[in-house]
Amino acid sequence: MTEGNRGRAGGWRLACLLLLCLGFAVLRPAWAAAADPFAGLASPDFSRIVQAVEALAASGNPRAAAVIGALAANRLYTWRWPRPDNGLFIKDPDGGFVAARTGANIPTPPFPVIRPVIVNDMVRSAIEAARGMLDLLSPAVAARRKAAEALFEAADPASLKLIDVALARERNPGVRQLLLEAQAAAQLKSAATPIPERVAAVKVLARRGDLPARALLASLGSAPPPVAAAAAAAIHRIDRSLALWNILETVYYGISLGSVLLLAAAGLAITFGVMGVINMAHGEIVMVGAYTTLVVQHVVAATFPAFSNESLLFSIPAAFLVAGLLGIVIEQTLIRFLYGRPLETLLATWGLSLVLIQTVRSIFGPTNQDVSSPGWMSGAVHLGGLTLTLNRLWIIAFTVATLALLMAVLSHTRLGLSMRAVTQNRRMAAAMGIRTPLVDALTFGLGCGIAGIAGVALSQIDNVSPNLGQSYIIDSFLVVVFGGVGNLWGAVVAALILGIVNMVLEPVAGAVLGKIAVLVMLIVFIQRRPRGLFPVRGRAVEA
Amino acid sequence: MRRDIHSPLTVGLILGGALLLAVLDLGTAASSALHVPDFVVSLVGKYLCYAMLALAVDLVWGFAGILTLGHAAFFALGGYAMGMYLMREIGARGVYANPHLPDFMVFIGWKQLPWYWFGSNHFWFAMILVALVPGLLAFVFGFLAFRSRVTGVYLSIMTQALTYALMLAFFRNDMGFGGNNGMTDFKDIIGFPVNARTTEVGLMLLSAAILAAQFLLARWLVRSRFGQVLVAVRDAESRTRFLGYRPESYKLFVFVLSAVMAGIGGALYVPQVGIINPSEFAPGNSIEAVIWVALGGRGTLSGAILGAVLVNFAKSWLTTAFPGLWLYALGGLFIAVTLFLPRGIVGSLAAGLSRLPRPSAAPLSVAARAEPARRAAPEPAP
Repeated sequence: MTEGNRGRAGGWRLACLLLLCLGFAVLRPAWAAAADPFAGLASPDFSRIVQAVEALAASGNPRAAAVIGALAANRLYTWRWPRPDNGLFIKDPDGGFVAARTGANIPTPPFPVIRPVIVNDMVRSAIEAARGMLDLLSPAVAARRKAAEALFEAADPASLKLIDVALARERNPGVRQLLLEAQAAAQLKSAATPIPERVAAVKVLARRGDLPARALLASLGSAPPPVAAAAAAAIHRIDRSLALWNILETVYYGISLGSVLLLAAAGLAITFGVMGVINMAHGEIVMVGAYTTLVVQHVVAATFPAFSNESLLFSIPAAFLVAGLLGIVIEQTLIRFLYGRPLETLLATWGLSLVLIQTVRSIFGPTNQDVSSPGWMSGAVHLGGLTLTLNRLWIIAFTVATLALLMAVLSHTRLGLSMRAVTQNRRMAAAMGIRTPLVDALTFGLGCGIAGIAGVALSQIDNVSPNLGQSYIIDSFLVVVFGGVGNLWGAVVAALILGIVNMVLEPVAGAVLGKIAVLVMLIVFIQRRPRGLFPVRGRAVEA
Repeated sequence: MRRDIHSPLTVGLILGGALLLAVLDLGTAASSALHVPDFVVSLVGKYLCYAMLALAVDLVWGFAGILTLGHAAFFALGGYAMGMYLMREIGARGVYANPHLPDFMVFIGWKQLPWYWFGSNHFWFAMILVALVPGLLAFVFGFLAFRSRVTGVYLSIMTQALTYALMLAFFRNDMGFGGNNGMTDFKDIIGFPVNARTTEVGLMLLSAAILAAQFLLARWLVRSRFGQVLVAVRDAESRTRFLGYRPESYKLFVFVLSAVMAGIGGALYVPQVGIINPSEFAPGNSIEAVIWVALGGRGTLSGAILGAVLVNFAKSWLTTAFPGLWLYALGGLFIAVTLFLPRGIVGSLAAGLSRLPRPSAAPLSVAARAEPARRAAPEPAP
């Protein structure tokens, strides 16, 4: 290759380049008009504006949302007399102007030179559709998810094209699935969809399997036979799975209610179950625990505001101590004189409960007090078709932990050993050197402390008022009696059964009637088995 | 036969007091220093009805050892039976002027009376219901409970659950008993306007007479052979059974009788206070009735009446004079009586009198002799 050759080749390239430039120069206006997604908005022709809005929404241009929003709010302006640059300006609420295409601030154009872009109903509906589209193409997954859900609920055949566009871009598998379901819903609504596609759409909805999907399928009764048959089969499948989730949900609510009952009754299972003391003031000890939570919350908020979200954690030991000490005082001043006279104990402790109620009422007032829930206890977890509220979950966990601790104390500590010894044979225990009066006081204190802890939990789900305890006292006694006195496991089983039966009956009979039915069932049950589910066997004659 | 001054004294006090009150109300001018205002008459009438409830509680608790925490349920049921009759008596004079339906049924949109209101427009039928409904409930409940030998605290808790369940049930509008608001705005009773002064005095006198009759009946019963067995059941149920008696039959009979007595008390209570609502079923009411008996003296009958009148008088006075103090007073009463006055007022007085050196040192009453409440119903050790 020679020097001249090289020069010729270079010239040729230069010529090509020039030609290309020329070509671009000639073609430029047409090409630019096609590429500018905003151009049609400046047109005085409504159908051009509609096209422009649709094109803009589909373009994915980052300024699209702002411009369409301005158009909807009548804040989009253009030249009063058309100019080749199709200028578009957005008037800010404060009166300044920005360039629509770039968002850059511009000097305010003199008013007679510009006019607002006028919209009519046709344009408005295009704007509405475009906004749905914009959400679908939004970079935020949550917004896309919401838009896809909205499309599913609308089930509008007109949005099929939009869904196609969105599906082509969507990468997130969850949103993709939602879009497919929205597509299926829209296809089923459209008479133009061929039958095989409609059957496939039914299958997509069947996999979704919730109530809206079922409602949509149920509206297909008059569809062509293959579609209707597929829909009927799908409805059957959905019903079966919904029924299953329903059962699971009832069981969950039942366990949740049962754990509340158990928590309220656990202290009683110690004082009544183990010691045989009828403490009618038990509910009021729970109430004292709830009010301790309130006080601790105020104290923490006043002294260590940084920890106010964790004040509930401080409340637990505080409520245990306050209620436990109160219990020891009650035992020393009242109950110890009434051992062996259960009916008198019942009356005296009832009197005590009245005094406690009135005292709390005098100090805190008769109205409901506001105990705030910490942030980590609000919200919900979704598990399949179940929605589990976090505060209920926490209470279930809390009940399990409390009970485990209680059982550990009873079976693995010296106090627990002494307690069991005194219950089984008081005189023999005393002969072995156990100080039975001290054990009595500590046992009663332990039972009351547990009741105080229950108050902390109940303050999160119930009204904290002086009457808090009265609503739990009958239930608590029934749990202990139903489970069998002197038996913690009995109380656990009894509370769970009562909770679940209550929740099963509630939708059938209504809340109040369900509760009445449970009470009547319990009354009848106790008469069949007077010593509860798990009686402690003994050789006593008076049984 | 022992000389018995106990019964004549009690009956004389009840009837004499009531008559005196009636005379002082109707027979004196409003300006007279001796005049008793009308509201006192209906207040005393109310106390007399409570005394019937207390008497009923004393019969089962003092003599059969059944600590019932649900006796106010029978009282309220009797009251509702009377309330149904009084509602029908209103007729077309209600707010909605419906001649066939009580106002509250019109209000919730019912078109006809439910079947269980059948016959309630007849006074005699309502009176049968007053005795029948509490009696039947007590029979069913007692039959099941006593047959399976549910005793002591378990029985107490179940009676409490019973009245609690009834309270929840009567709070429902669908029950057809007026729901939350109960029944009120009564106009007249067998032709006499309820709010007239003479009707109030008449009802108070009637309450006094029925209370005296109930007292005499209960007194006769506990002093009879039946009563002796009942006390034996209370103090040693198993031993009585081994001797060949059937404790459950004795307990069932006295439980049903006592429920009927309470029901009659409730029926007289409603026209005098002018309202009956589900809060009468509240468990607290039943327990309060027990403390009346405990204060007056468990197992003394007259003590129950005394306790009911004393506590309710104190309640009327304290709740108006010192509203904040009432619960302290009541709560303190529960504690003080169980700790320091286990025999109650009448029981302590009787025991004190019987210790005096007198020619006839016999105790004043069976009750005083059979007082050992401390040994009553030994509780099964769990």
